[in-house]
Amino acid sequence: MRQGHLFHSDRLTALALLVPVVTYIVAFIGFPFVMSFVYSISDATIGDPHFSIIGMRNFREMLQDEAFRTSLANTFIFTFVSIGLVVVLAHILAELLIREFPGKWIARFLLMLPWTAPIALGAIGFLWFMDSVYSPFDWLLRKAGLLGHPGDLFGPMSNLYWLARPGLAMASVILVHVWRLLPLATVILIAGLNSIPREIVEAAQIDGAGYFRRLFHITLPLLFPVIGVTILFSVFFTFTDMTVVWILTKGGPPPHATQVLASLAFLKTIQGGDLAQGAAVALFFFPVLAGIAAIVLRLVKKAVVV
Amino acid sequence: MLKRIVKGCGFYGVLSLFIMFSAVPFYIMLITMFKRNHDLLDPNNNPFIFNEPPTLQHLDLLLHQTQYPVFLLNTLLVGVLVVLITVLLALPAAYSLARLAGGWGEMVGVGIFLTYLVPPTLLFIPLSRIVADLGLQNSLWALVLIYPTFTVPFCTWLLMGFFKSIPRDIEEQALIDGCSRLGAFFRILLPISVPGIITVIVFAFTLVVNEYIYALAFIQESGRKTIGIGLTTELIRGDVFYWGALMGGALLASIPVAILYTIFLDRIISGLNMGTGRQ
Repeated sequence: MRQGHLFHSDRLTALALLVPVVTYIVAFIGFPFVMSFVYSISDATIGDPHFSIIGMRNFREMLQDEAFRTSLANTFIFTFVSIGLVVVLAHILAELLIREFPGKWIARFLLMLPWTAPIALGAIGFLWFMDSVYSPFDWLLRKAGLLGHPGDLFGPMSNLYWLARPGLAMASVILVHVWRLLPLATVILIAGLNSIPREIVEAAQIDGAGYFRRLFHITLPLLFPVIGVTILFSVFFTFTDMTVVWILTKGGPPPHATQVLASLAFLKTIQGGDLAQGAAVALFFFPVLAGIAAIVLRLVKKAVVV
Repeated sequence: MLKRIVKGCGFYGVLSLFIMFSAVPFYIMLITMFKRNHDLLDPNNNPFIFNEPPTLQHLDLLLHQTQYPVFLLNTLLVGVLVVLITVLLALPAAYSLARLAGGWGEMVGVGIFLTYLVPPTLLFIPLSRIVADLGLQNSLWALVLIYPTFTVPFCTWLLMGFFKSIPRDIEEQALIDGCSRLGAFFRILLPISVPGIITVIVFAFTLVVNEYIYALAFIQESGRKTIGIGLTTELIRGDVFYWGALMGGALLASIPVAILYTIFLDRIISGLNMGTGRQ
């Protein structure tokens, strides 16, 4: 009797405690999310509260738009190249950092800085590094005799103009993405490495398995889910990011050498006031995000079962 | 091969390369903020050392002739309010999901976590309409209202995991002793959960300082800007860069946030890891 009463009241309490959070999420994430689908097939603008549905015209126009096609391609290039570099570098760094050594806390603090410091502020540092006249990179190259004289490896000009040349601008944006994500990927991998039972590795070592055999037959398979999580979050943070691009190049050099979907959607929405076009561009995130969500769901289920 | 490289160059050699990669931009910020303009703006000078005696002129410019202190204050204000809202929303929800809701609590929890995956670069589009309808353009209140969209889902998830890790017996004992649910929550569970709540506070605050897109979209008036957009839009004007002040401003705001974040890093990451790869 008492048991039943407790259960009943608990259920009500449970619901009551969830109401604020669910209301907020529905109002400020759920509803807007649905609205972005609606806007993408409408002629909505920021200034005018009225809009009508115009069907797929936004998408048709977009697919013809050079800026959109470049942005889509750039987004994938940025994401894949960055992730590839991040995973390889993070694995090396994680192997270094699972050891104990004197001064580890300060090394860790410095290594984590790109992730723990606000990215907009970190990117400001790179603006100086990639400045067209004062770039410290260029200074190093000049001192090394690789830049600034006829016949030098990087050309006779005194500067490389990092952010003004299409190829180099892309490389710069990728460099800053890698710089920023490396610490995050590393700590996720370290958590994974720590969870591999030491006995298994030691047993394999005693049985005479070399480094490579241990890496490919024990460490990597056991690490696989964690590498998956690393890639998942890295993709999420690169694919949808515009801060790095915005601060370094604003999508330039013209017309759209480093433009990505996120920055293009921002240009259209905020600077053009065209909500509909902006929404149509940003909805191209959706397939990738849905994929990430599906994988997260599977991982969570597994974690719950285990 | 990995091992050979590591052995060949020496553990510390490889480690220093990584540290250089990570920390050099911050080192450059540090040195640039104290360099004389004459020293700074000569492309032949070594950019990594002082070629002339250091100066405090950039710091003076930053603190007294720009709105940098206002940016900091705005960020602090938004941060504190958002943290407050986040804790007030996430704490009861996490408790409910971890303790009271039973089987469907897991589902709702995952559902809330998944809303974290709706990125600001998508959400700012419909939200800019909502902000306009509410008349909140150029208002810090727009940020206070919107920022919990990225703090609440993850913080609810973190707190839920935290509550789950505390044995139920402790509360049940209190309930048997005649405590009410609410009493047990406030007197037993809350005091044990202080580390979890502090983690959430730190995490939410660092996310607020990190935020760039909403602030860029909704705030144009310079007196209302937060630190990220304030520095990049007010201290970079056309081709004129106040390099020393810019670097100093970025560094001074980064370091406290980075220190806070580093202290709580492991807890936040175990939340991201969702139990995979952990025992």
